[in-house]
Amino acid sequence: MTSTTVAPPATAAPVAQEKVRRGWTQHGLLFVAPFLLIYLAFLVWPTVLGFRMSLSSVNIAGGNNHLVGFANYAEAFADPRMWRSLWNTLVFTVLSTVPLVLLGLGFALLVHHLRFVQWLWRLSFFGPFLLPSAVVSLLWLQMIYPPDYGLINGTLGTKTLWLADPSVAMWSMVLTTVWWTVGFNFLLYLAALQSIPQHLYEAAAIDGASAWDKLRSITLPLLGRTTALIVVLQLLASLKVFDQIYLMTAGGPQDSTRPIIEYAYDVGFTGYRTGYASAVSYILFVLIVIVSLAQLRLFRKRAEVSS
Amino acid sequence: MTKRFSFSQLVLLVVALALAVVWLAPIAWAIATSLKPETETTKVPLQWFGSEITLDSYRLVLDTGGIVKWAINSTVTTVIVTFLTVLFSAMAAYGFARTQFRGQRALLALILAGIMVPPHVLIAPLFAEMVALGLVDTWWAIILPQVAAPLIVYVLFKFFQDVPPELEQAAFVDGAGRWRVFFTIVLPLSRPVLAAVSIFTFITTWNNFLWPFLVSTDPNTMTLPVGLANVVQGTFGLRYAQIMASVVLAGLPLLVVFVLFQRQIVRGVAHTGLAGQ
Repeated sequence: MTSTTVAPPATAAPVAQEKVRRGWTQHGLLFVAPFLLIYLAFLVWPTVLGFRMSLSSVNIAGGNNHLVGFANYAEAFADPRMWRSLWNTLVFTVLSTVPLVLLGLGFALLVHHLRFVQWLWRLSFFGPFLLPSAVVSLLWLQMIYPPDYGLINGTLGTKTLWLADPSVAMWSMVLTTVWWTVGFNFLLYLAALQSIPQHLYEAAAIDGASAWDKLRSITLPLLGRTTALIVVLQLLASLKVFDQIYLMTAGGPQDSTRPIIEYAYDVGFTGYRTGYASAVSYILFVLIVIVSLAQLRLFRKRAEVSS
Repeated sequence: MTKRFSFSQLVLLVVALALAVVWLAPIAWAIATSLKPETETTKVPLQWFGSEITLDSYRLVLDTGGIVKWAINSTVTTVIVTFLTVLFSAMAAYGFARTQFRGQRALLALILAGIMVPPHVLIAPLFAEMVALGLVDTWWAIILPQVAAPLIVYVLFKFFQDVPPELEQAAFVDGAGRWRVFFTIVLPLSRPVLAAVSIFTFITTWNNFLWPFLVSTDPNTMTLPVGLANVVQGTFGLRYAQIMASVVLAGLPLLVVFVLFQRQIVRGVAHTGLAGQ
């Protein structure tokens, strides 16, 4: 799928002249070499090594390194905690993606149409995205979610156990995540809105279109491609959820929030079964590759349109 | 400048204000708590202001905590990651977009395929590799894997492809070599896209948690997020005002930078998020 995105021969002609003049064939490789070395060492090699580990009984100290074939995968597929964590990850992904995309769009439409103090809206809605996950987790864990003196219950007069009730905890994780990360989608939508040509709206206004007509028949259709991209980026981000859940509930209560990356971390780094942890990771890897293929298709379409 | 202040604008303004208040409330609550005397932080019913406004918590956190050290570690590692990522990615992207060499297509395909590899699933093998290289608890363990960012190469590759070759031709005629052309013509020309990519890399690196968390167990090499995670796990006990002071100190730098460089950051995130549109 990648071969079609490789350099088109458009630049070949001027380059060909130079080829005659100097031995630049090595030059090209020299440009690529520094990145390539790091890339091979710290991305390609670990990918290969990780697959090899997933077929082995290796532990975190590197001992007991025997090939066991697909035994780890067979064990993972029969492991209820693996399924639970995979299920939690999928639930989190669906629950978080819907509000993150819709709110991102809503905020962007609102801010795009407002004429006053743009910096304030951008800071309000995008600001939380700039906070490290540990900051967000500490804040929500210690001062927002506590049942009695926490900001939410304290303001609303409710008694919800945000983090201790297994039926509520996942929603709490979604709520924190939406607050923290919606700004990214908000910015992407805002950029897309600003690139819609103004004359389309002027033409529609001459035809007597209402604000609602313009939104429905100009804005939303033209945002289609951006929406597709944002949905895919959001799915990829949500499938990888770890930080805030690990830091706020450590996967509890009763495994109700533990995502699959945390399960892989638990069995690998605290349970010392690195081979098994790699197999669990590679199950998620397959899911992410499927979503990424959709992403690459989108990028390619975008590239074709722009060229 | 003074456009009509219509009724619909007023409605939008009220809605936006309400939402902004909700969205900023957690941050405001952190700041308010950090300014209270420790004994008044968990009062019920809630009070936004304590009996006095005090900076004691900040003083204690700065004096006793590792927060200054972690901030320095974060700054140094993030600056190095950003610099190396942008330099190496730009060189690679230029190599792919503007020169030809044996195996080019295969290598580019390999790098594009890497966009699909989520670093999160590589923690076990990467950790094993760092142990083998003896890099655990060093800055290099934090830095090197983050420089291997194929998405950045892709974004810059797309950009360099669209740079008109004529701009370079004149310099070639004057006898400049590939490297001169790259550093004196192409890079300066690409300043906006390089800024966008740098900002994006800076934010994601500064906030990265899982990988630095795994490879720094020594408080002396920890980054800010990792150091704070230790705070989550209880070093500060139940001193909420101090915890919130740490939260404010750790969260404020990027927010201040955002207020100062809003335009560039918005463009940087949007640009890179949309992958070099």
